[in-house]
Amino acid sequence: MKVQVKVWRQKNADDPGRFETYPVEGIIPEMSFLEMLDLMNEQLLKRGESPVEFDSDCREGICGTCGLVINGMAHGPKCACTTCELRMRDYQDGETITVEPFRAQGFPVIKDLVVDRSAFDRIISAGGYTSVNTGSAPDANVLLIPKDTAEKAMDAAVCIGCGACVAACPNASASLFVGAKISQFSLLPQGEAERKRRAVRMVEQMDREGFGNCSNHAECEAACPKSISIENIARMRREYMKGALTEA
Amino acid sequence: MIAKSPLLDAKIPDGPIQEKWANHKASIGLVNPANKRKYTIIVVGTGLAGGAAAATMGELGYNVLNFCIQDSPRRAHSVAAQGGINAAKNYQNDGDSVWRLFYDTVKGGDYRAREANVYRLAELSANIIDQSVAAGVPFAREYGGTLANRSFGGAQVSRTFYARGQTGQQLLLGAYSALMRQVDAGRVKLFARREMLDVVLVEGRARGIVCRNLATGEIETYAADAVCIATGGYSTVYFLSTNAVNCNATAAWRCYKKGALFANPCFTQIHPTCLPQAGEGQSKLTLMSESLRNDGRVWVPKKKGDKRPPQEIPEDERDYFLERKYPAFGNLAPRDISSRAAKEACDAGYGVGPTGFSVYLDFAEAIGRLGESVIRERYGNLFAMYHEITDENPFKQPMRIYPAPHYTMGGIWVDYNLMTTIPGLYALGEANFSDHGANRLGASALMQGLADGYFVIPATISDFLAEHRPDGLTTNHDAFTESVKAVQEQVKQLLGVNGSKTVREFHVELGRIMWEKVGMARNEPGLKEAISDIQALRDEYWKNVRVGGVNEDMNKSLEFAGRMADFLDLGELMAQDALERAESCGGHFREEYQTEDGEALREDDKFCHVTAWEYKGEGQAPEAHLEPLEFENVKLTQRSYK
Ligand SMILES: Cc1cc2nc3c(=O)[nH]c(=O)nc-3n(C[C@H](O)[C@H](O)[C@H](O)COP(=O)(O)OP(=O)(O)OC[C@H]3O[C@@H](n4cnc5c(N)ncnc54)[C@H](O)[C@@H]3O)c2cc1C
Ligand code: FES
Repeated sequence: MKVQVKVWRQKNADDPGRFETYPVEGIIPEMSFLEMLDLMNEQLLKRGESPVEFDSDCREGICGTCGLVINGMAHGPKCACTTCELRMRDYQDGETITVEPFRAQGFPVIKDLVVDRSAFDRIISAGGYTSVNTGSAPDANVLLIPKDTAEKAMDAAVCIGCGACVAACPNASASLFVGAKISQFSLLPQGEAERKRRAVRMVEQMDREGFGNCSNHAECEAACPKSISIENIARMRREYMKGALTEA
Repeated sequence: MIAKSPLLDAKIPDGPIQEKWANHKASIGLVNPANKRKYTIIVVGTGLAGGAAAATMGELGYNVLNFCIQDSPRRAHSVAAQGGINAAKNYQNDGDSVWRLFYDTVKGGDYRAREANVYRLAELSANIIDQSVAAGVPFAREYGGTLANRSFGGAQVSRTFYARGQTGQQLLLGAYSALMRQVDAGRVKLFARREMLDVVLVEGRARGIVCRNLATGEIETYAADAVCIATGGYSTVYFLSTNAVNCNATAAWRCYKKGALFANPCFTQIHPTCLPQAGEGQSKLTLMSESLRNDGRVWVPKKKGDKRPPQEIPEDERDYFLERKYPAFGNLAPRDISSRAAKEACDAGYGVGPTGFSVYLDFAEAIGRLGESVIRERYGNLFAMYHEITDENPFKQPMRIYPAPHYTMGGIWVDYNLMTTIPGLYALGEANFSDHGANRLGASALMQGLADGYFVIPATISDFLAEHRPDGLTTNHDAFTESVKAVQEQVKQLLGVNGSKTVREFHVELGRIMWEKVGMARNEPGLKEAISDIQALRDEYWKNVRVGGVNEDMNKSLEFAGRMADFLDLGELMAQDALERAESCGGHFREEYQTEDGEALREDDKFCHVTAWEYKGEGQAPEAHLEPLEFENVKLTQRSYK
């Protein structure tokens, strides 16, 4: 199979960037989307052109490193799936595929398809933790947690921090990412002590990083490779309100 | 008697094994709390080992600098672990204990690990679960609210804790959140998108590192009072493995070249249940949880090259080879045995699938016995993942699996304190060689990473620091300048070749040599060939590699080129170590040394030791040093899974 890749090229954050189109040949349908890009880069290198930079690591949907906008959709048109999990059998022979970086004010482009998502780390460092020093934890079975509650916390904790929620949102809001982390801790007894402070600080950090506000488009939920529910955004709002009223 | 090398003093504390760690901690030198912030500690790696170490040493008050290759510490390869983590909690009241976990690990490692280290690991396992739960890790629970456990990798007790199929992710996020709390507190400084390319020694002691900033290409230097390497394993030397594409041996290898001994490089683990390679463009292999073997039956057709679809092959024309060869364990035979049996079947022409390099893992019998809904409940997400990747529905036809390189037991040699042979340089997690001997048990790597990071290094490092006060050394020291020059020189050399083969093409070739000759089954002529093949490939590499681009920019081709140079050297050392070790043990199977039933045959008289290699300079043969292993608590027996 062969395809045309219409791909975003940008030298650095200051470069305005542009699309280039490259033909890629010798694709087999079992290949993953990123393996197709590997092949494209091999062919570019052989021709003496510079390869297109893109991030990836685990290539099995768990590390959150990969993330491209494919034919206008974050992680491509397939549901509940990261870019690295896409397979070429879902594309047509001869098709032109458009590939862009995640675009958001909070995610400046470093080069080509690689963006800087360190804002997410800064949001987590503003309270996305429990303050328990190593060695001071009680026996793990001291606090009983009903199975349903643990499962619900896990539903939020599965976030891989890829940033597709931001890329898919018309406002480039990071609410699903932040809501998932706040939810995980607000559901668990371990998160109770710092519950209010955490919600307030994380939400305020999100705003400082230049992410937009949530206006309930729910595009984030649709793009999320782990199908994290927007219920978590509602929970974040409640937690923030409670926190802001008493912490301020 | 195996003579001990003077370089390898393991510093194992005296006393009965149950008291060694407690006694040792009681006698360790301490740093006054008020002075801790005057010490800078570099931690390279943010996986379970590095992340937990950086967080905990930050909590203690040290000034920590923490580095990783990815754009965020949360993406370290630990994130991909699926199955679970062992701990001797005995919550199930099924007879587990620290002793039993210790015993199982020593035996599982085929008696090639240090007893004292393994005992400590088993001892600390319970604290890891407490710590992780307190950090908000949502482990699986029972209806009553207590933690759930399962039996994993053939263990006879249920001691594995898990969070769906994402245990590594949840544990890593736990360590990452503790780390980010220290970043918030200003005690840890994060340096993401950095690749360590050298360790800097001043007067023989590790005093800093040289990194390449992967976003800008800038070569940076950092000074410290101690350096900890927690950079993971080197399975990617095989090109295709279950590891992430950025996993590498570079940090460990550059330490080796500066004098840190590298132990048991040939001890690698091949995992039996991975998705087979689909074609040439494949960039990595996906692991399917081993738990599938609880209900799946492994088979190949009895007729060579049988191309019929599996459903059309009648029962009596199928060879359930694991059940046939190992009736007692059947499909649950240990990883190395199962992997080898599958490769043998395929090499002999019985393999299935388009490439002939896979075997069936069939659930039809279990579905018939238990019903589809039970199987769906047990393995629903794994079946979905398989379906997604292969476009084949495992409810309707058997899965196809094949072994893949997965874990490396070998690594930088460390003593009981996790210090390498270079003073002030430590190695943690998969990067060191310490606890798994010749074979690692399922769910024990996460345990080791977190034990090293949360509990061992924060305790042992003060012993060294108490003796080595901060002295104001900065990166202006000549040793840094020289090291930077060497790094720049190598980068220039790589970019300068401008040949005709890409780094990836070389990596594929190296992988093929390693897989065929230094893989699951090894023999003397094969290993000798491997060594000369690798040498030839290395010569070609430095004459014909095409990297492209420049240093002063993001340039992934250049990153991979540097790692590839190290893989070429490491691959040769692995082959040499495998050649030297004329016995079979754990994951190291030398065809010349097997029982009549084809089981690994250890040669305890000659090889009950660790082999640690010393770098002797470019083009020079490395020197082997031996650390004899003594077994005072577990009796050496020959493993049998018949
Ligand atoms: C698919 C898969 C499933 C697994 N499942 C299980 C399981 O169920 N149970 C279990 O116990 N074990 C499992 N393992 C093994 C286990 O996950 C690993 O052994 C363990 O997580 C390694 O942790 P680590 O902290 O030592 O290294 P890693 O998590 O690999 O972290 C390495 C760190 O070092 C950094 N680094 C590397 N090189 C450099 C450099 N040169 N410069 C700067 N930074 C560098 C990386 O960026 C990263 O932060 C699994 C492994 C795989 C591959
Ligand atoms: S590369 Fe890890 S999620 Fe895609």
